[in-house]
Amino acid sequence: MKYLDEYRDSRLARGIVKEIRRVQRRPWVIMEVCGGQTHSIVKHGIDRLLPAGIELVHGPGCPVCVTSLELIDKAHAIARRPGVILCSFGDMLRVPGSECDLFTLKSRGADVRVVYSPLDCLKIARARPDKKVVFFAVGFETTAPANAMAAWHAKQQGIENFSLLVSHVLVPPAVSAILGSPHNRVQGFLGPGHVCVIMGAHEYEELVVRFRVPIVIAGFEPLDILEGILMVVRQLESGRAELENQYVRAVQREGNRAAQRIVTSVFEVCDRKWRGVGPIPQSGYRLRPEFRAFDAEEIFKVGDIATRESPVCISGLILQGIKKPHDCPAFGTSCTPQNPLGATMVSAEGACAAYYAYGRHLKDADNAAALK
Amino acid sequence: MSDASGPEMLGSCPVPLSHPEQIVLGHGSGGKLTADLIQRFILPAFSNPYLDRLDDQAVVPINGSQLAFTTDSFVVTPLFFPGGDIGELAINGTINDLAMSGARPLYLAAALILEEGLPTSDLQRVLDSMRAAAQKAAVLLVTGDTKVVNRGKGDQIFITTTGIGVIEHALQISADRARPGDKVLLSGSIGDHGMAIMSQREGLEFEGTIESDTAALHGLVDAILQAAGDAVHVLRDPTRGGIGTTLHEIASRSQVGMELQESALLVRDTVKGACEILGLDPLYVANEGKLLAIVAADRAGEALAAMHRHDLGREARIIGEVVAEHPRMVLMKTGIGGSRIVDTLYGEQLPRIC
Repeated sequence: MKYLDEYRDSRLARGIVKEIRRVQRRPWVIMEVCGGQTHSIVKHGIDRLLPAGIELVHGPGCPVCVTSLELIDKAHAIARRPGVILCSFGDMLRVPGSECDLFTLKSRGADVRVVYSPLDCLKIARARPDKKVVFFAVGFETTAPANAMAAWHAKQQGIENFSLLVSHVLVPPAVSAILGSPHNRVQGFLGPGHVCVIMGAHEYEELVVRFRVPIVIAGFEPLDILEGILMVVRQLESGRAELENQYVRAVQREGNRAAQRIVTSVFEVCDRKWRGVGPIPQSGYRLRPEFRAFDAEEIFKVGDIATRESPVCISGLILQGIKKPHDCPAFGTSCTPQNPLGATMVSAEGACAAYYAYGRHLKDADNAAALK
Repeated sequence: MSDASGPEMLGSCPVPLSHPEQIVLGHGSGGKLTADLIQRFILPAFSNPYLDRLDDQAVVPINGSQLAFTTDSFVVTPLFFPGGDIGELAINGTINDLAMSGARPLYLAAALILEEGLPTSDLQRVLDSMRAAAQKAAVLLVTGDTKVVNRGKGDQIFITTTGIGVIEHALQISADRARPGDKVLLSGSIGDHGMAIMSQREGLEFEGTIESDTAALHGLVDAILQAAGDAVHVLRDPTRGGIGTTLHEIASRSQVGMELQESALLVRDTVKGACEILGLDPLYVANEGKLLAIVAADRAGEALAAMHRHDLGREARIIGEVVAEHPRMVLMKTGIGGSRIVDTLYGEQLPRIC
């Protein structure tokens, strides 16, 4: 298939792996930022093709994972209200709050709907003026433009029964928090390709200089990821720390200006609590004051919900690249996608859930067979 | 829950998530939740040697004959979709469940649950396509029932079809008969039916229509059995849960491992594109006109050639083999040369955010 198969070509993949082996002299720890990249690495077995000296650690870029438990509980509290239609992207439905997940609430009679675009919520709101339609606006910079567009249209068209529960997070402050930690192990990054399609590459130039770390903006297909790793390894081996763009077919330096304009006209930057990581200053979006009439937190007065995370879960350390899923005693035993204890197990793009889905919780002997 | 959260419509749900207190949609997914439903509720209630085999049909002896017996309910939305409709599906689905035991399907029964307000023209259309599908497959619909429920208590039409077929050979075909060395054959492309439904249901406008592959497979089964006879160990139609779930079930029931080649799988471009957009894995997407055959290696070539000669098997291929190592586990060599494990899904596949 055009634009897909050519990025999954086994002969080209072998060639890049061979080049990585040729270039690499010392051990390196590289973090892929995006959950989509993590999923692709585990699904295609990319990490199992790499030389032993290249360790991939999995970053905080799964928006479902890092959505705080408080916000999930707020979404659930809103979904329980009479007369509410809660709309969400599909993968939020199985994420457990403190008590249950949205699927369970749906089975109890809550009107919970999966949408593919926030603009679909506006259609629902127009069709059901007797209902309050709430969109659970989760995501990184990638999904922000469409969510902003929904709020903007709602305001323009005077759709008063529509609101957003906003849980937007931003990548650069998270990367900055990881690199600024005294426990940091990460020596190079695969940057978030689709975030940069929207925001451009320039935000990462400052990080490269400040932390002297190579960042290669990369795509999501196997060859994108392998080429990105090769570019990071080349920089590390030659002592360079630069911003490079592997994903040239999609990312331009200045990003998508029109998308940025709609985002900044609807959202403003705010502090945000990340599940597993904790609060990171200036790391999220909230609605601007002129759009507060569409803020579900205000409309439904769910501001004071407090929650407590499992004390066993080490997802915060995993999201920062300090630990791997196998380092957790609960991984695959008391913590599974059916019964997740924390951030990295709740979504298919979380590192723990990806490891689990592709059988990496199974015993070592079986995994040895997988390596055959 | 805080006081500020207002009146609670639905109460709280402290039960562990792995065993939901209510039926959730995932119980109908064909994945782990469905297996859990059967193990916890169905088997304890009715356990007997025929049911306990958990094949798609029961094979029961009656007066010296071996009869295959099965039932299946169809609740698809929308009723009409590219490549078929609920009526055709209801006939073909039950025929296929019979055929996977090697039976010749003979008679069907159909129960229709109609929702108040259903246009009779829609009913007529569904019945017409049931008749056409039954005629094409040379089976007779010999009995049935109709019920009407209040508006809102059903979804237009639910159809349950029950079928009887006769087994006219002494072959043993069952999900527990895969043996190391056997080849895994697949009759064509995967994911067509599931993505045809999803693209209609979600109003996704993809370039190029995705058509359901609904088809009655007993003719293809007959061709395979003629060619490879007792070398055919397992036949299954990978419907809900897709080939991933079905192969995992076979590996578990037979206590064997499997090794698949991703490069051998055929996924049509439209299906692949839709799956990529929604973040779904075609391995777990439903098929309604495909079969998996597990055949002893020395006769696999003959089985494959016979499939190629049949209309519904022109794109058949060998996608992997059964191994003695890693029992109950399905491994797949990925297109780029890595490896992954193909596990059963917990519930329904969920579209991803980005």
